Amino acid sequence: SFRFPPLHETQRNLEGYVGFANLPNQVYRKSVKRGFEFTLMVVGESGLGKSTLINSLFLTDLYSKDYPGPSQRIKKTVQVEQSKVLIKEGGVQLTLTIVDTPGFGDAVDNSNCWQPVINYIDSKCEDFLNAESRVNRRSMPDNRVHCCLYFIAPSGHGLKPLDIEFMKRLHDKVNVIPLIAKADTLTPEECQLFKKQIMKEIQEHKIKIYEFPDTEDDEDNKLIRKIKEKMPLAVVGSNVVIEVNGKKVRGRQYPWGVAEVENGEHCDFTVLRNMLIRTHMQDLKDVTNNVHYENYRSKKLAAVTCNGVDTTKTKGQLTKSPLAQMEEERREHVMKMKKMEAEMEQVFEMKVKEKKQKLKDSEAELERRHEQMKRNLEAQYKDLEEKRRVFEDEKNNWEAQQRILEQQKLDKEKFF
Amino acid sequence: IGNPVVGCGGSTLLGYIGIDTIIEQMRKKTMKTGFEFNIMVVGHSGLGKSTLVNTLFKSQVSRKSAGWARDEKIPKTVEIKSVSHVIEEGGVKMKLTVVDTPGFGDQINNDNCWEPISKYINEQFEKFLKEEVNITRKKRIPDTRVHCCIYFISPTGHTLRQLDMEFMKRLSHSVNIIPVIAKADTMTIEERQEFKQRVRKELEMSGIEFYPQKEFDDDMEDKSDNDKIRETMPFAVVGSDKEYQVNNKRVLGRKTAWGIVEVENPNHCEFAQLRDFLIRSHLQDLKEVTHNIHYETYRAKRLNDNGGLHPISTNGTHDSNL
Repeated sequence: SFRFPPLHETQRNLEGYVGFANLPNQVYRKSVKRGFEFTLMVVGESGLGKSTLINSLFLTDLYSKDYPGPSQRIKKTVQVEQSKVLIKEGGVQLTLTIVDTPGFGDAVDNSNCWQPVINYIDSKCEDFLNAESRVNRRSMPDNRVHCCLYFIAPSGHGLKPLDIEFMKRLHDKVNVIPLIAKADTLTPEECQLFKKQIMKEIQEHKIKIYEFPDTEDDEDNKLIRKIKEKMPLAVVGSNVVIEVNGKKVRGRQYPWGVAEVENGEHCDFTVLRNMLIRTHMQDLKDVTNNVHYENYRSKKLAAVTCNGVDTTKTKGQLTKSPLAQMEEERREHVMKMKKMEAEMEQVFEMKVKEKKQKLKDSEAELERRHEQMKRNLEAQYKDLEEKRRVFEDEKNNWEAQQRILEQQKLDKEKFF
Repeated sequence: IGNPVVGCGGSTLLGYIGIDTIIEQMRKKTMKTGFEFNIMVVGHSGLGKSTLVNTLFKSQVSRKSAGWARDEKIPKTVEIKSVSHVIEEGGVKMKLTVVDTPGFGDQINNDNCWEPISKYINEQFEKFLKEEVNITRKKRIPDTRVHCCIYFISPTGHTLRQLDMEFMKRLSHSVNIIPVIAKADTMTIEERQEFKQRVRKELEMSGIEFYPQKEFDDDMEDKSDNDKIRETMPFAVVGSDKEYQVNNKRVLGRKTAWGIVEVENPNHCEFAQLRDFLIRSHLQDLKEVTHNIHYETYRAKRLNDNGGLHPISTNGTHDSNL
């Protein structure tokens, strides 16, 4: 980002018009041509009006009946989902990425539900780090999370243990802006007390939320101080247009009145919108780049170079040249393929062996049965033979006896 | 008086006896002895439980009687804190005990946070059972059993949370659960209707029966009355102990920048319905269902488990069989 030199440095008076006063315009024109990117993350339990607020902030239907917001899709574990939308206004193009965390804080046991969020933020920083370290850096998309809106439930008491835990873990990774959700639940007095209590607890736990930078302009500083007094911002979202006193406003219709979204007396929505989009979007990106990203980068690089031995997951990604890295990747890939091939061959061999064995076994079985049957038959045959012999014997005996009887009879007849 | 009274067998009595004065006698007795009512409130912190109880009984009866104590730390485990008051109206004395459950649902890990509550409810049943089983019993057994458990549902507008389902599933068989939608001034009327429908459907699909339970409807009249109530439940309530002037009337309400939410206005919220239901029509029924059904279930289980109980004498020299 471009900063003018401080005024106390010696200023030379120019003798004529040089023309570099036109520099900001050139920067402006180039930026407009390039377009802008902004990634906004929303975190909070389901039912706190996150989707409605996003729709209200950017006046688009990012979430609608066809593509319902995260709360309408019940999730068993915390997911991190992103949706991109291209918004154009006055010739300026903004690629807005909204990152949702459905399922956050919704389970009975919410331990570590912040881990997927941390992983996401870290992975985007890592992507950027790798892109930065590449040889060819022509297109470097910036998908880092520039701002995290954390939704606090309007209990009126204080922060919940989950709120404290989450903010403590994320305040040095991303710009955290806490918001009081569904602020139309609270009366003005309750809201004041609630805000005071939250800020007190934030200080107690040493949570570093996003701080608005002081400018040199006194007027701006006054505004900034006013915003700071209102933190955390109490917001109400709605895209429903209602007529109040002849005017069309966005709001929520109750039997006792209409809560107007853009009315400063009713809630801090306009403050949030102005701050997020109209005045501090660039600063959020700068802080992300200069503070949070640098934090991440130095931690990552220190881990790699410190021991000489790589302690990070990705091996030697930053100490080798990209070409060598590509070569290594290719080799790894080839080896992996070979290994897979070998494994598949092994499996194949094993299966063939198994099949052969099975066939052998069934053959043996058949043999055995054949033998068995043969023996049975032989036994039966012998048996029959035996029986026949016995029968023959008997027959012979009987015939012999008959013959004797016949002989006796003949003898008798001879006698008489 | 003067109408022929028909006796049970269908025979006409020959004069006025005065059996119907028994109702008056019961009323006199009740007024003299007064009665007890124990109500438990469950829900994670910040849902307006204490405020609602104060509003219901029009007096500072909850644990946090001095408005809401913002700087009270959330306890690390669920605690059971009960506070008793004697309130009187029209000559009738009521000993009201409010049982609060701070810490429920407030931790990061809320597994089993319903157990201390379940334990407390069973402990009260146990106390009563021990007294009942004594040889020399007290004239009136002190009744600390939980007659009604008001469960506060967070007004997300979407569905019930997992914790809500778990709690109600596990406790709907030991206590009368009355679910209410807390801080109902968060939702517009349409959002409220949709939310209620979704909640009722979810409860039905999971087989969770809240009070008044369908199976305990005595007769057709009861059933039709209770059906109407069941169709409106869970009641969307708003509580407040502050008064404001609206149309020359003093009303309990909440003053926002866009209007005053009137607690007792049926167009604004269903607090009046809850109060009438809880106190003016079903108070006695809550006690009866607790005594005849929940307590009996507990008692039967205990006796079956032990294979029979011997009554114990009050001097406690014998070991209890319990």
